Amino acid sequence: MAAVMAPLIETRGLTLHYGGLKAVDGVDFTLEAGEIHALIGPNGAGKTSFVSLLSGRRLPQSGRILLAGEDITRLPAQLRVRKGIAYTFQITSIFPRLSVFDNVALAVQAQGTRDLENRTRAALARVGLDGLEEQEAGTLSYGHQRLLELAMGLALKPRLLILDEPTQGLAASEIEGFKALVRSLVPETTVLLIEHNMEVVMDLASRITVLTFGRVLASGTPAAIRANPAVQEAYLGA
Amino acid sequence: MRRNGLRVWALHLALLAVLASAQFWLSPYLATNLARIMVLAVFAMGYNLAFGYTGLLSLGHALLLAAGMYAAGLPALLWGWSAGPAFIAGLAGGGLVAAVLGLLALRTAGVSFMIVTLMFAQAGFLTLLYFAPVTRGNDGFAVAAASRSFLGFDLSTDTPRFLAAFAIFATGLLVSLALMRSPFGRTMIAMRENEERSRMLGYNPFTVKLAALTLSGLYAGAAGAAYALLFGYVGASFATIQYSILPMLYVLMGGAGTTLGPFLGALLMFALVEAATGLTTAHQFIIGAALVALVLFAPKGILGTVRERWAKWLP
Repeated sequence: MAAVMAPLIETRGLTLHYGGLKAVDGVDFTLEAGEIHALIGPNGAGKTSFVSLLSGRRLPQSGRILLAGEDITRLPAQLRVRKGIAYTFQITSIFPRLSVFDNVALAVQAQGTRDLENRTRAALARVGLDGLEEQEAGTLSYGHQRLLELAMGLALKPRLLILDEPTQGLAASEIEGFKALVRSLVPETTVLLIEHNMEVVMDLASRITVLTFGRVLASGTPAAIRANPAVQEAYLGA
Repeated sequence: MRRNGLRVWALHLALLAVLASAQFWLSPYLATNLARIMVLAVFAMGYNLAFGYTGLLSLGHALLLAAGMYAAGLPALLWGWSAGPAFIAGLAGGGLVAAVLGLLALRTAGVSFMIVTLMFAQAGFLTLLYFAPVTRGNDGFAVAAASRSFLGFDLSTDTPRFLAAFAIFATGLLVSLALMRSPFGRTMIAMRENEERSRMLGYNPFTVKLAALTLSGLYAGAAGAAYALLFGYVGASFATIQYSILPMLYVLMGGAGTTLGPFLGALLMFALVEAATGLTTAHQFIIGAALVALVLFAPKGILGTVRERWAKWLP
């Protein structure tokens, strides 16, 4: 192994404007391989815009994105997926008229069609949706749709899994299961988590980055973030 | 999608068996009509791959039908090609024109795609008229008897013509069924259902749609070539907007995104036109009324409704 490994994701001066609004304003950010990293901040802080830049759904006006040292700033989204960046949508984006099986099979077969059926069933079993293969995805409960979204992300066998508000709308009992699932992913998969539920964040994250007005306010361990006066003032409302 | 394999294949093979035997129990007149319907159904199956499965609402498929028809008909006219090579040329012509059309038109989507494909088809039609000295324009031309022979069979006679139409139809149907049960078929449907999500699963929507449109063009090209060689006439009227709308009507009536819908739609529309023509000179009105009723009461088409209510396993 090389003595110094490049971080899994590194951004330098990343900027995205919508007209006059600076949604992401010169963000320097580092994501180490194997961690669960939470991205927090008030509504409109630019969290979703920032991960859209990482996943390639949007292209920045300036700045650079490095994936394990390789510049991917201008790479189309579908090629980033193939390089191991998976994005699960904030607003559940499944194929509602296809079966649960087909939804996950689409993610699995993007990685190759060998042993498609078993790999699809394994991905479904991992999130606890086994037995629902034949159901039309759009008729699943909201919580199950979130799990399906997660199964599709996992089926891509990503190096980086970006979860955009995954616990939104989940029942308390479902959140426990979700936390255990995310914990089981590391260190093989690195997780970048946008989350409003502070309990989930403090429980899962090894590092936290706080965004406000498109800028990084602070970055550090949960304890450091909790103790940071600027963060308390801006966000935690202590 | 992959399950129920036995039931699905049995249904399709049973339909093919009934159609193959039809020449023995139908009158020659009806058998010839059925041959015509099977050729039109191949065109509609191609349209269904683009529109029904991949969600590409094209108004330019007449261009692809005509590409196949002229790519088969002109070499027959000019150089006396026989049916086999002429058919291959028609197949390739349809696929090639579809690929070029896709490279240009797939930069757009939705209504813009519809308009752009319509414009290209109109440009194709006008090109046929412009080069009338070669294409014979609106008058068209008859395909010589010598070119209508395949392995010694005369395709202008009833039985060889019926069998050739059946063979092309059966191939088209089984290929589209196999495609829909394959991973690539699932990817096509994913484009129709949620293109952005597909992209975030690692698919390039442009290449998937281009491949689907090219496949669609191969079907349209095969249908155009078969029409020229089996029924002996090539003309610019097949490049008019009417032939872009017809496959859409067939597919909508039979059920978009069902493997058997295009055939069922072609069969019923053909029968409806026949019946209406016998009743009134305003037969277009009856067809229009039938379509309004369909959109109101069964917007998913006949087999789309059947699948939704009773037979979820229909591909």
